[in-house]
Amino acid sequence: MLGSAIIVFREALEAALIIGIIAAATRGMQARNFWLLVGISAGIAGSLIVASLTGQIAELAEGAGQELFNAGILGLAAAMLAWHNIWMARHGMQLAKDARQLGHDVTSGDREMSALAAVVALAILREGSETALFLYGLLTGGEDTLATVLGGGAIGLLAGILAGYGLYAGFVRIPTRLFFAATSGLILLLAAAMTSQAARFLVQADILPSLANPLWDTSWLLANTSLPGRFLHTLAGYEAMPSGIQVVFYSATLILVLVGMRIVRIRPPATVTQ
Amino acid sequence: MKILFALLSPLLSLSAWAADAEAALVIRDHRFEPAEIRVAAGQKIKLVVHNQDATPEEFESHELNREKLIAPGTKANIYVGPLNPGRYPFFGEFHEKTARGAVVAE
Repeated sequence: MLGSAIIVFREALEAALIIGIIAAATRGMQARNFWLLVGISAGIAGSLIVASLTGQIAELAEGAGQELFNAGILGLAAAMLAWHNIWMARHGMQLAKDARQLGHDVTSGDREMSALAAVVALAILREGSETALFLYGLLTGGEDTLATVLGGGAIGLLAGILAGYGLYAGFVRIPTRLFFAATSGLILLLAAAMTSQAARFLVQADILPSLANPLWDTSWLLANTSLPGRFLHTLAGYEAMPSGIQVVFYSATLILVLVGMRIVRIRPPATVTQ
Repeated sequence: MKILFALLSPLLSLSAWAADAEAALVIRDHRFEPAEIRVAAGQKIKLVVHNQDATPEEFESHELNREKLIAPGTKANIYVGPLNPGRYPFFGEFHEKTARGAVVAE
């Protein structure tokens, strides 16, 4: 029971932290809860489908299917987060003046929320399919009964959700003046973390060179296995032993998104509705 | 002909060097066999992990910076290295108590 609780917690934590950040970043937006629910439901449905197709996905692309699939999901989620940040840089000044302004700009807000709902779905898809496989394995392996597997899973899931909610609750207490900087900073790091993980999958499938493996080793300082290491890994892409190409992807994402945010800030769009 | 061969031989040896070394592992009864696998250091290695159990497993290693799900009855390829000489533990995340092993690069 404890075993299933711990593994489900680990997987749920990553998805819950990402959802917590997105929920905080979209506070005050039109139909936010509806879109978050759409993302969560789609993610759960998708993860069951992906879990049932694990063997078939793995066999695609001469055995590199799983890595390509994961890298694709991470890349797509990172692109949506990058787009969100650039969009916020465009509308941020307006938002600071009137937090409800955005609510009136329904079409723009809906497009934005649907992109972030997709990030939520993709985050759940990745972690959820692993969780589903693990629980399925426990059940078919006959080591545990249905009650202990589901009970442990529920405890782990609840603990993960609490952690995500804690992050959200902490975030919404940040004063408005600093709020946009804080959320867009965190989303920027999240996007960089995702492209770095995508690079790692492509190295694992021998599609990209590792450049240096590892480029450094800080596991003596903060191991990826420790709880703080895990938090930092999910939120900011911390790796105790990254390969060189991961650092390249991480830095390139940071630079490109920052440049993108800078450009739209210098040239504000003419079509902004008042 | 001799000249052609002389020109080609470095290429041939290069391609022989570029062909990845393989190392095979089996998962049976939620254990890795062999539990310790020796590979050459300084060279890219293709780990081929065959999950012979009826349940899925996730190969994971923080030291190798790798994770891969392996469906029941399937083989997974995992590229690692080039590694510095040393011991790189790995485990099966779904059966962490029993499924433990290490790659030893030398």
